[in-house]
Amino acid sequence: MSDKIPVTVLTGYLGAGKTTLLNRILTEPHGKKFAVIVNEFGEIGIDNDLVVGADEEVFEMNNGCICCTVRGDLIRIIEGLMKRKGKFDAIIVETTGLADPAPVAQTFFVDDDVAARARLDAVITVVDARWLKDQLKDASEVKNQIAFADVIVLNKIDLVSAEELAEAEKNIRAINAYATIHKTSRSAVSLDAVLGKNAFDLDRILDIAPEFLEDVHVHHDESVQSVAINIPGDIDPEKFMPWLNEFTQAEGPNILRCKGILAFKNEPKRFVFQGVHMILDGDLQRDWKPEEVRQSKMVFIGHKLNRPSIEKAVEACRV
Amino acid sequence: MIDATESLTQRVEPLEAGEHVISARFLNEEPIIALSDGSVLLGMNALRIKPHGNGAILVAVSDDTMLLTGGDDGQIVATKADGSVSILGNEKGKWIDAVAIGPSGATAWSTGKKVVARDGKGGLKEWLAPTTAQGLSFSHKGYRLAISHYNGVSLWFPNTEGKPEFREWKGSHLDVTFSPDGRFLVTSMQENTLHGWRLSDGKDMRMSGYPSKTRSFSWSHDGYWLATSGADAAIVWPFKDKDGPMGKAPRECGVRHSKVSAVSFHPRALVVAIGYEDGCILLCRLTDGAELLVRPAVQNEGRVTSMGWNKTGNRLIFGTEEGAAGVLTLP
Repeated sequence: MSDKIPVTVLTGYLGAGKTTLLNRILTEPHGKKFAVIVNEFGEIGIDNDLVVGADEEVFEMNNGCICCTVRGDLIRIIEGLMKRKGKFDAIIVETTGLADPAPVAQTFFVDDDVAARARLDAVITVVDARWLKDQLKDASEVKNQIAFADVIVLNKIDLVSAEELAEAEKNIRAINAYATIHKTSRSAVSLDAVLGKNAFDLDRILDIAPEFLEDVHVHHDESVQSVAINIPGDIDPEKFMPWLNEFTQAEGPNILRCKGILAFKNEPKRFVFQGVHMILDGDLQRDWKPEEVRQSKMVFIGHKLNRPSIEKAVEACRV
Repeated sequence: MIDATESLTQRVEPLEAGEHVISARFLNEEPIIALSDGSVLLGMNALRIKPHGNGAILVAVSDDTMLLTGGDDGQIVATKADGSVSILGNEKGKWIDAVAIGPSGATAWSTGKKVVARDGKGGLKEWLAPTTAQGLSFSHKGYRLAISHYNGVSLWFPNTEGKPEFREWKGSHLDVTFSPDGRFLVTSMQENTLHGWRLSDGKDMRMSGYPSKTRSFSWSHDGYWLATSGADAAIVWPFKDKDGPMGKAPRECGVRHSKVSAVSFHPRALVVAIGYEDGCILLCRLTDGAELLVRPAVQNEGRVTSMGWNKTGNRLIFGTEEGAAGVLTLP
């Protein structure tokens, strides 16, 4: 796991400040060497030795899964980069403003050769504080990008009032209950806030603010929402895993992402899972610490999710 | 199992490659090895030349006359056995995704959707594929190039004005190869299968069951068999009959607990050299499945990435991902 190259995916709508953040990451004195995969050359110069242009070619996989798409160009580029092992420590993928992050994320799970060599560290989404409200009305891409984020850089806060900023934050939270939010102007954020997050290993899911688990104060975005569930005590894997598989197979097209940390019956280790649409990935990780309360937390982010029915199904798996 | 009497390991002479081996072949009976760091090694003394400067070599093919390499510097370079190099094309910093050598000195390369064919006299023709060209293969007769891409293969006659002929099959096609007699066209696919077409009538053939992608093909000297990588044995498909492998089971040669990463048929006999992800190499006789050990599994030297025979078939060269290489000389 540790010798896999970490990959950071940088998304965000047009003009939100992605390239500014990218150049900030590249020029900070961190001693790291990055390979940067960008969509187009030229608009703003990228200050890095190893920059690769990508075509953002999205392919459907013929594996019976209608929502399973991958970035064909990314598979090829990573295969090529791996021939230059030792020339870089990490990969950053910058997507276009209109890109759906799902195919990028799925590439790291679906393609065995890519999965063997690289791991998704985090999806970083840059959000324009001033235009978010309008974009949420008009651009479905913005919702998807926020829904997919592990880390959100809420940018251009110098251009909005305190009230507008609070509203933007509320709108983000309505879509994505677990992402860490950093408020910035000119994409000025410390590097350790966006790199080396290991966000896909889900630890931060424990940081979900309690009010989102209660789901009372938040006006939920109608089209994309988070359903967060917290079950104290243990759950039965013999019941939970079949349900999770069936649920993601049936609702896959509607589930953008899911994550969870589970306390399985008679299991000293924490079980951690994550998914993108129908694709699920899960593993036993570290032991529960003596001071930790055994509990199962999970989040489903997507369209048309039926919260009561999900809660009921998970509740039925309690030991 | 293999006992010591059936082992050829004492007959392997190592070569110091030191970097990821992209291609290991013979040219005029001398080893020629293309490495990921952009260098090419010539001869048993591994004379090092740098046809791509500080660029990386991404793809390479060779025939009896040259080694053709494409780099991340956008250059397409032909290296001859005497160490002379000529730059056949320059795509200005774009990564070269595929290269191919055809009859009469013809070559081809691609970057993204752009495909370039260069005839033996240096005449260039360009074609834009509908999506990124993943693989290129020349027909053994005539000046005709197969280009694999998303949802099928295009067959292009660079010297004619007409649109390339399109053979459709849904999915992402990776590498492509013509059968030596030109009757069949086969691609490897992202979904761990092979797809084939009988060119006379376009009939589809599916060759499935692989646990991973096939990235190495090799045709037998008589053209009747296609050996492939991607499974825990070399999967060898029969192409002798007019229906090719349709309705027939493939041969499985050299079953081991490691995936096959490279295959190379002997130039005169029905013997296939099989390289594995754990670095092991076996020779396997197709007729009776008899095996000979060339190289045992070696830790930390990586998968076998490339193998090639000399013309007479008494020497085999190989290279691995972590820069090991060697030459076997048969008794």
